[in-house]
Amino acid sequence: MQKQIKLQVARYRPEQESESVFDEFEVPCPNDWVVLDGLNHIKDQLDGTLSYRWSCRMGICGSCGMTVNGEPKLTCATFLTDYAPGPVRVEPLRNFPVIRDLIVDLGDFMQKLVRVKPWIVRAAEKPLSSGEYLQTPEEMDEYKQFSMCINCMLCYSACPIYGLDPKFIGPAAIALAQRYNLDSRDEGAAERLEVLSDHEGIWGCTFVGECTKVCPKNVNPAGAIQRYKLNAALESVKSFFLPRGA
Amino acid sequence: MAHIAEHYTEYHPRWLRPHISTYWWLRKWSYFAFILREISSLFVAWSVVYLLLLVYAAGQGAAEYEAFLEWSRQPWVMALNVSSLALVAFHAVTWFNLAPQALVVHVGHKHVPGSLIAASNYVAWVVVSAIVAWLLIGG
Amino acid sequence: MIKRSAEPLLWMTFSAGGVVAALVLPVLLFLFGVAFPLGWLTPPSVTHLAAVIGHPLTRLALVVVCTVSLFHAAHRFRYTLYDGLQIKHLNELIAILCYGGAVVGSLASVYLLATF
Ligand code: SF4
Ligand code: FES
Repeated sequence: MQKQIKLQVARYRPEQESESVFDEFEVPCPNDWVVLDGLNHIKDQLDGTLSYRWSCRMGICGSCGMTVNGEPKLTCATFLTDYAPGPVRVEPLRNFPVIRDLIVDLGDFMQKLVRVKPWIVRAAEKPLSSGEYLQTPEEMDEYKQFSMCINCMLCYSACPIYGLDPKFIGPAAIALAQRYNLDSRDEGAAERLEVLSDHEGIWGCTFVGECTKVCPKNVNPAGAIQRYKLNAALESVKSFFLPRGA
Repeated sequence: MAHIAEHYTEYHPRWLRPHISTYWWLRKWSYFAFILREISSLFVAWSVVYLLLLVYAAGQGAAEYEAFLEWSRQPWVMALNVSSLALVAFHAVTWFNLAPQALVVHVGHKHVPGSLIAASNYVAWVVVSAIVAWLLIGG
Repeated sequence: MIKRSAEPLLWMTFSAGGVVAALVLPVLLFLFGVAFPLGWLTPPSVTHLAAVIGHPLTRLALVVVCTVSLFHAAHRFRYTLYDGLQIKHLNELIAILCYGGAVVGSLASVYLLATF
């Protein structure tokens, strides 16, 4: 018979309960099944009312983040067999309000994201006729790591500072700000510094470092934040030395 | 305890907002290590106080200095200093390991690898320690 | 607004202090806190020690070590209370106590070493 594993899935149905409760399901556990496959099995075969988000099932869309046995994970990249013999506890991402079952509200993150202007800011656009903005491979390497972010919010879920102070702008938003600051075509660093030099910007971060550990894309937001602090501190004494590094 | 938004309508969902425990840092070893690292600050402060007491005693002459050395052998002072040494060393190791994250050094177009920056920190640690020790007991 | 302009400066002293404390304090604690009291090594004579401390460069170095290490500790401890105990509403008071302590300690070190 097919190997089975027990999933303990957090349920929250606001019309029915005021606290989240756990439902248990036995699901098959072949070697190539990820936690998301287990959830899909539940939804298709066992309980169609289970609610959760997913789309690409290949680590690109960033919508399937959940807490698996206490750790924030992309459920489409987390294999069930790694947790054998189980049980596997699946909960919604921490630090976000839960809407239903495994679905959390993204609104806060979405609002923060736009505040750091994650797009290329130019003082004046070149006319189309003068062609593209050129960039060398070295210039691209400067920010490439930070551009890999898929907005999965695992880093927010792992960050105790964000949990304690929801005003903190958070790891991915700062990493994305840094992604554009380090882009040779961008001229928006000063505008972003305005937003990020608040207490709720970079200074609230005490370098717990968890965001970097859980990031599925090796973005290293913790590193981005510390670099940004150094940069901001140098900016504030720029009468001394070093214009911004990149 | 869940906090439930007051206005629950069809279009305004009733959110569940789990509360963060005051003891969140006991939940995971890595969170605890973080708090330990931050607590090292108290022991850094104590080390400075201890250093100043030593400077004061040395400035007062032989008798005061002897008394200081005697005092430093008291069990509770030793216990405090041994724990301080452990935590200040923990601070040093974590600090050196994390330094490359903030400091990205370019040589020409290349990034200097982080491990090299961390390694140079450790070399500096050994050199400084050796100089201090030599000044005090070697020279 | 005051806070906002102070943060970078506080962070700079925090970082400088972090480096200095990591480089200098362990060896001093090891010698004077562990090795000498336990008799592993013989402590320097008072004349030798006074000569080392009395050198202008040492005195300057010690003032710097004490000052930045204390500000490092104050800054970090302030944030530990802030996050660890979730007592943000006492933020102002905590900040005054932490940085105030660092200022007092630094002045003490300046006084001690200037009059050494
Ligand atoms: S930085 Fe990493 S963990 Fe955070 S949202 Fe981006 S990809 Fe996810
Ligand atoms: S389903 Fe798209 S990242 Fe997991």
